[in-house]
Amino acid sequence: MITWSNFLSQLFNGLALGALLALIASGLTIIYGTLGVLNLAHGAMFMVGGYAGYAAWQASGSFLLALLAGTLCVGLLGVLMERVIIRHFYQRPGEDQLLVTFGLAICFVEIIRLIFSSLTKTVTPPSLLSGITNLGIMFYPTYRLAVVGIVAIALLVLYVVLYRTRLGLIVRAGIDDAVMVDSLGIDVYRVFMIVFGIGSMAAGFAGIVNAPVVSLTPEVGEAILVQTFVVVVIGGVGSFPGAILGGLIAGEIISLTSMVNPGYAYVMLFAAMTLVLLVRPHGLLGTRGRE
Amino acid sequence: MKHERSSSPSRRSVLRAGIGAAGGLALPSLLVTPAHAADQPPIGTWPAGTQGDSVFIGISVPRTGTYAVQGEDELKGYQLAIEHINEGHPLIKAISPKTTKGVLGKQLKFGVADSAAKPNDAVQAQQRFITENKAIMITGGTSSAVAVALNKLAQREKVLFVCGISGSNDTTGKDCVRYGVRQNFYGQTAADAIGPALLKAYGKNKKMAFMTPDYTYGHTVTKSVNDFLTKNGGWQMVTNQVSPLGAPDYSSYLTNIANSGAEFLINVNWGHDAVLSTQQAKQFGLLPKMKLVIPYQIPFLAREVGPDVTEGVYAATDFWWTMEDKYPLAKQFVETFEKKFGYKPEWGAENAYMEFALWAEAVEHAGTFYPPDVIKSYESPRKLNSFVGEVSWRPEDHQLIRPVVIVRGKKPSAMRNKEDYWEVVEVVPGAGLMQKPDAFGCNLGGYT
Repeated sequence: MITWSNFLSQLFNGLALGALLALIASGLTIIYGTLGVLNLAHGAMFMVGGYAGYAAWQASGSFLLALLAGTLCVGLLGVLMERVIIRHFYQRPGEDQLLVTFGLAICFVEIIRLIFSSLTKTVTPPSLLSGITNLGIMFYPTYRLAVVGIVAIALLVLYVVLYRTRLGLIVRAGIDDAVMVDSLGIDVYRVFMIVFGIGSMAAGFAGIVNAPVVSLTPEVGEAILVQTFVVVVIGGVGSFPGAILGGLIAGEIISLTSMVNPGYAYVMLFAAMTLVLLVRPHGLLGTRGRE
Repeated sequence: MKHERSSSPSRRSVLRAGIGAAGGLALPSLLVTPAHAADQPPIGTWPAGTQGDSVFIGISVPRTGTYAVQGEDELKGYQLAIEHINEGHPLIKAISPKTTKGVLGKQLKFGVADSAAKPNDAVQAQQRFITENKAIMITGGTSSAVAVALNKLAQREKVLFVCGISGSNDTTGKDCVRYGVRQNFYGQTAADAIGPALLKAYGKNKKMAFMTPDYTYGHTVTKSVNDFLTKNGGWQMVTNQVSPLGAPDYSSYLTNIANSGAEFLINVNWGHDAVLSTQQAKQFGLLPKMKLVIPYQIPFLAREVGPDVTEGVYAATDFWWTMEDKYPLAKQFVETFEKKFGYKPEWGAENAYMEFALWAEAVEHAGTFYPPDVIKSYESPRKLNSFVGEVSWRPEDHQLIRPVVIVRGKKPSAMRNKEDYWEVVEVVPGAGLMQKPDAFGCNLGGYT
């Protein structure tokens, strides 16, 4: 029987998962929208963010430092990846980009396995955010509530960067028409590098934020990648608000279906994606985007 | 991967001694005469796989995915066993007395493939080992879905499958095959071993919630444990949360359990799934409010979730390293393993080592690698040594009759070293835990 507290609890689960998916998807969609690169290593970067944060947390005991380390480390990794490998693939067919990013994902997973082994690693949230909160009608893990807030702040920062800065303006213009941006005398490749860095940082940050929720294994990025792609498709490829909306919808679909029958959670997610594609082929908030 | 090979002078000298002293009785496989060969027509990879100085074993373990940690532990057990068999180590000789160096004088070589706990991957890899390397025995598991698939492959290809960890009743039940054997305990034996301990510790008429991975292992273990506790203790299953293998998040399942009114959380998940679901049960405040029970214990669980979570938790297992206090062979095993790999072996390693030691014994007892004879050797009743005392094979379903070990999580302050997570509460003898041979519908099939 579904009780109110069960329903609310699932609603919160969906919100926490959705917020996280929104953050990861926003990184993925910015990179795809601007650079046209479908980054299959995005999930692995989410995982690397978790491990980098774990290492920092082990060394310092500070969750704040872990957040910083996870974010910056993956941001740097993204920039390096773009400079050394990805930029050589801008002009090549999409299949090549898929293959190279898929290969990189495998490399990242194996390197992490080599360094940290397959044993599950756990990051404990700060004591302030640990334990259970009594919400009156139900008890709920405090950290999961905090995740929603933390991710909301991160998304707000991303929003400000994308919509309130000159860089954001160029990025958004790049999403619409990279050739035009280039012809206006803006070093579009430098912008591409920054965009790749920002997108990667979003994944890295999500990785360490999520670490106390699901704990870390080298495969933690694989499962999330598929969900992230669905989110991007639902929200609309290249759309930042679409990623947020898609994330929240996906989170709630997974969670609320689980309340009735967990086995159908992903079936419903894919059904929803299909429905959206039928009604709006470019996603809920997608424009024509790249075709 | 290091493959050791026997030195041919030593093999020749053994051969000469064998011929001279006993007319080759000790080494019949090396002396197959045409008349003998007529009785043993080629089958599977025999005799092609046994014609050189060495024989090949195909190993598939999960090295990635939710069971990767257990797979690596298992692989180390295989490696140690192969090393010991090839050098004729005293520990192997204690289980397989006829072993000298190698099996029937042939050194063991092996190949390793990552199954990722996926049946298709495992079958493809093993098919390759059989076709390309003429593997005379295949092994692997850590997932009953894989074990069942390899059972079928083994029967089809007529190559022996020595099963890795597999907890489903079906593996030696409805999906049993003539060419498959299993040494570890399973759902029914888990239930019959841990059930009485739970009733003794907690009493009757309790409400329990199950967490079940959605495949043959999960369903049969849950059914067996539920049947036992319901029938013998009046316990009631208030919810059964079935999740896919490798579920990324258990929050939905745990929320359902939190609202079910259960007093006990019976977590049947395994590998990383068990670690994650248990950790999240704590996050959601289910633990320690509900009592946790792990009917089919995973290695490394306490190490990964922390002894504060496993404290007081009852679990059933094949092996825990402190059994070295009672069993001298277990002590030897733990010592040699720790010396080589730097940590105490877990159940995966013990299971792997025992499988190979018992296989070596079965082949040496048969005196030939001819598969039907090796199978008949498994099926001929005799007492065997193991790390946990005397064991024996059951001919009807190829299941080893062996004790199940009940452990309880130690308080962190009571741990005598950093790996002393569990106290052995009871070693339940195997014979009383066995169902009737046909209870799960086993029909072994043919030898040829």
